[in-house]
Amino acid sequence: MFSIYCPYCEEHREEEEFHAKGQAHIARPRDPESCSDKEWGEYLYFRDNPRGLHHELWVHAAGCRKFFNITRDTQNYEIKETYKIEAEPRITATQAQ
Amino acid sequence: MTQTNRLPSGGRLDRNRPVTFKYNGTTYSGFEGDTLASALLANGVDVVARSFKYSRPRGIVAAGADEPNAVLQLGATEATQVPNVRATQQELFDGLVAASTNGWPSTDNDLMSYIGKVGGRMMPPGFYYKTFMYPQSLWDTYEKFIRKAAGIGRSPTENDPDIYDHMNHHADVVVVGGGPAGLSAALAAGRAGAQVILADEQAEFGGMLLHSNELINDAPATEWVAAVVAELQTMDNVMLLPRSTVNGYHDHNFVTIHERRTDHLADLAPRGQVRQRMHRIRAGWVVLATGAIERPLVYANNDVPGCMLASAVSTYIKRYAVVPGNELVLMTTNDQGYTAAFDWQDAGRKVVAIVDTRAEPTGACVAQAQQRGLKVIKGSAVIEVKGSKRVSGVLVASIDAAGDRVTGNVQQLACDTVASAGGWSPAVHLACHTGSRPEWREDIQAFVPGKTVQRQLTAGAVHGSYTLRACLEEGIQQGMLAATNAGFGEQIAGQIPVPTVTETAAGPVMTLFHVPHTKPTSRAPKQFVDYQTDVTAAGIEVATREGYESIEHVKRYTAMGFGTDQGKLGNINGMAIAAKSLNKTIPETGTTIFRPNYTPITFGAIAGRHCKELYDPKRYTAMHRWHLAQGAKFEDVGQWKRPWYFPKPGESMQDSLNRECQAVRTSAGILDASTLGKIDIQGRDAREFLGRVYSNAWAKLAVGKCRYGLMCGEDGMVFDDGVTACLAENHFIMTTTTGGAAGVLEWLELYHQTEWPELEVYFNTVTDQWATMTISGPNSRKLLAELTDDIDLSGDSFKFMDWKEGTVAGVPARVFRISFTGELSFEVNVQANYGMYVWERVFEVGAKYNLTPYGTETMHILRAEKGFIIAGQDTDGSVTPIDLGMSWCVANNKPFSYIGKRGMAREDCLKENRKQLVGLKTRDPEVVIPEGAHAVENPNQAAPVPMLGHVTSSYYSACLGHSIAMGFIRGGHDRMGETVYYPQPDGSVIEAEICSPIFLDPKGERQNV
Repeated sequence: MFSIYCPYCEEHREEEEFHAKGQAHIARPRDPESCSDKEWGEYLYFRDNPRGLHHELWVHAAGCRKFFNITRDTQNYEIKETYKIEAEPRITATQAQ
Repeated sequence: MTQTNRLPSGGRLDRNRPVTFKYNGTTYSGFEGDTLASALLANGVDVVARSFKYSRPRGIVAAGADEPNAVLQLGATEATQVPNVRATQQELFDGLVAASTNGWPSTDNDLMSYIGKVGGRMMPPGFYYKTFMYPQSLWDTYEKFIRKAAGIGRSPTENDPDIYDHMNHHADVVVVGGGPAGLSAALAAGRAGAQVILADEQAEFGGMLLHSNELINDAPATEWVAAVVAELQTMDNVMLLPRSTVNGYHDHNFVTIHERRTDHLADLAPRGQVRQRMHRIRAGWVVLATGAIERPLVYANNDVPGCMLASAVSTYIKRYAVVPGNELVLMTTNDQGYTAAFDWQDAGRKVVAIVDTRAEPTGACVAQAQQRGLKVIKGSAVIEVKGSKRVSGVLVASIDAAGDRVTGNVQQLACDTVASAGGWSPAVHLACHTGSRPEWREDIQAFVPGKTVQRQLTAGAVHGSYTLRACLEEGIQQGMLAATNAGFGEQIAGQIPVPTVTETAAGPVMTLFHVPHTKPTSRAPKQFVDYQTDVTAAGIEVATREGYESIEHVKRYTAMGFGTDQGKLGNINGMAIAAKSLNKTIPETGTTIFRPNYTPITFGAIAGRHCKELYDPKRYTAMHRWHLAQGAKFEDVGQWKRPWYFPKPGESMQDSLNRECQAVRTSAGILDASTLGKIDIQGRDAREFLGRVYSNAWAKLAVGKCRYGLMCGEDGMVFDDGVTACLAENHFIMTTTTGGAAGVLEWLELYHQTEWPELEVYFNTVTDQWATMTISGPNSRKLLAELTDDIDLSGDSFKFMDWKEGTVAGVPARVFRISFTGELSFEVNVQANYGMYVWERVFEVGAKYNLTPYGTETMHILRAEKGFIIAGQDTDGSVTPIDLGMSWCVANNKPFSYIGKRGMAREDCLKENRKQLVGLKTRDPEVVIPEGAHAVENPNQAAPVPMLGHVTSSYYSACLGHSIAMGFIRGGHDRMGETVYYPQPDGSVIEAEICSPIFLDPKGERQNV
């Protein structure tokens, strides 16, 4: 069970308080009407499945209800950082290589 | 029976407290301080099990968690049955009742063993896969037979009367294992001031020191143990958990500990006491001091009762004052093994020979053996055991230096016990739980914990340090390091001195995983690697010969390590044999890894208090007690308990539904609608936000008005619906489905926080704050008028889809004129704690209107008569508003591309011939099509028959006098009046006509009065 630092509450809390919401940094297209079906399909359904660092969207569901991001290693489940929704990750897979 | 194998003195027993216990129906005696295993051995019980596959008699091999054979069923009553208890870990108490689990008709005389003997060669690895795979329909029959033969324990058929619980902790340092290393670590970390939890699976702390002959500070080691434990007990910052197995080491240093609080006292926990507790600990640092498990040697017939681990023999003699036999042959690859022979001799029994596999052993123990007058046979091995239910003798032969083949003549020695010492395997299990792979260390020929991201330290034998001095030293070091890492370093004044111990000169160890035989492995008598799953050396060789090269595949094919002991004894030998057979090194072959739990755990401990009433929270509305008093039947909707229907005495369910429906259509009914999700939405951009998350238009909704909305995903599929009211220019209240409330709130937050943070809008759940009662029916206006004097209910002033604020029964209320029944309806919302009062007042004035409470089922029928959908029942995530025939609820001219718009415009969503929601009228008006039934064009067509769609809602409508249904039909909107067929499992076919889903009052005149 993870111990997750909520960047809004500024505390470590147990995983039970959080929900995972999939890959982070997937922006809704500004102009959906101009997207082809393929582009829309990619926005809707296509996600990375990396072995290693992954940026994920989580929500502190049973806490402050804020969404935030986690950089997590999918191999050993280590959480490298958590950061607010508007922020960019400081740790990325390209840096790690 | 007398305890024939009990020594007159010694051991850590309380001889003043004799206890009696029952095993397989016979009464035996033992002492407090015994384990069930030591007491069975004291009483000369040799056979405790029949083996998994071959039904061979098996005896006790080990003295701890590694025991593969003595896995018993415990329990004096049906309700207190516990399966899979290792006798070596069960403390003896007065009145204990145990039974062996395998063997038919009995463990001593087992019928299956004849099959095992005769058919042994016909049961190769993969036997079950190969034999019982086909036909699949017979698997249930096979399984019953296999389980009976396999002797897996059984669960009780009555409810467990005991109490279990969970306890959560935060600790700076968790020390796992209370042997020399663990005690030292806990002492160091405790003195540093860290919050320490020390857990050990045994009743007493001390680990191997409890049976060791070694001295610490020139005194028996147990004195040092007692002093350290006494000091730890004085520390407020140290929690000692004996009888507590650290069963799991999870991500982010989360540790689960299974504490057995009363299992040593009685069959049933003393009144008011918790039987077992699961400690859930978030640890700063973890010090693994789990020790090592002795490896048995693999030789022919090494499973005959009387074959034991050398260290277990010492444990039984020293700790329990039990000598499990009379004449011992010890086979060892190392110096440490000699101790068992010395202990045996000191206990006054005969040591036939020490068989040392090393040609030239050099350790001090060899000279000591000679001084003691013990016969040491060097460069030799026990290659085979004679006997069936007990060892009667051994065959000893010289072997080459590599241990690959027999080189000399075979001599037979008579004996009744064979102890084997094949070296040590560090107990790396916990280190593996978080995915870390163990690493092979050539110098000690063993796997040690590998690299990990956990905040984990190791000390002592688990780390490959086998001497007592190293264990004590590393324990202190790692305990201090853990405390320092956790921020407590500076508090330690000076170093903690390492106690003095006498070092004995130890000679080199021989690596031997598989003792050779004069015959090839495939022809030699069975050489068991994994006792619990009956895996032999020959079996592993067969697996590699059949092409299984990955150790994980070998494991699965042979079932090695699949027992409840997870192969604690056999795995390393098995991997080594597989490696040799594949001509690879052990690190090349690799190892399988261990999973939680370290030892089997009861379901009670896992569940803790989360059972029965406390399993899941239940949600009740403010009027719940009234519903109970009226004898309502309830339905679970999420966690809510909703009245399903209100039967009157003697009524069937359908009778109640007919009566409730008629009451609403003819006079007045009332529904407790408090469970509908309610979200308060405020802010300058609230209206804009609604326009983006709903498919219809919200720009012009005036204050005082309500509107129905459909909520879609980005894929264009409907996922929730409900009515939203404009309370003020920047203030709305949204209702959601009962089950969807939490999800919808999270959905709104998601889009606000991640996509449109520039919008000023706030959301809050107010579901619990309001009690909601829907009064519906032609007399609802008259009824409500009697309860309010400040709300003008006239049709001109209070129009359909209006809402008004005022008082109802003297209580401030919001009244919404919305309808889910198609009748004139008023939804009265009051502060929840006034709900019951208002509800009762409504009934006082409602009597003359035959006001009838109705439940969810009547609500479903009434709305289906009107063709109103229920999101989640008539939708399944693959349905657009257009498919539902609700294009009136889609506003594609909104400036912002609302959620769902682009999704709905995808090629597939625009296709003709999609499944569309229609009404269905059965040819026979009395027949109700089962929900979920699939429509076909032609019931006589040969399979496979194309499916046209399925029925989503189906009821009998008393008001209409016939059944009604809604369902999906491919291209259904253009097929009105056509006939489709619903074949039933019993072979009958229901014929139905496609029609509009609006069965009643298509113009909506009933609600617009």
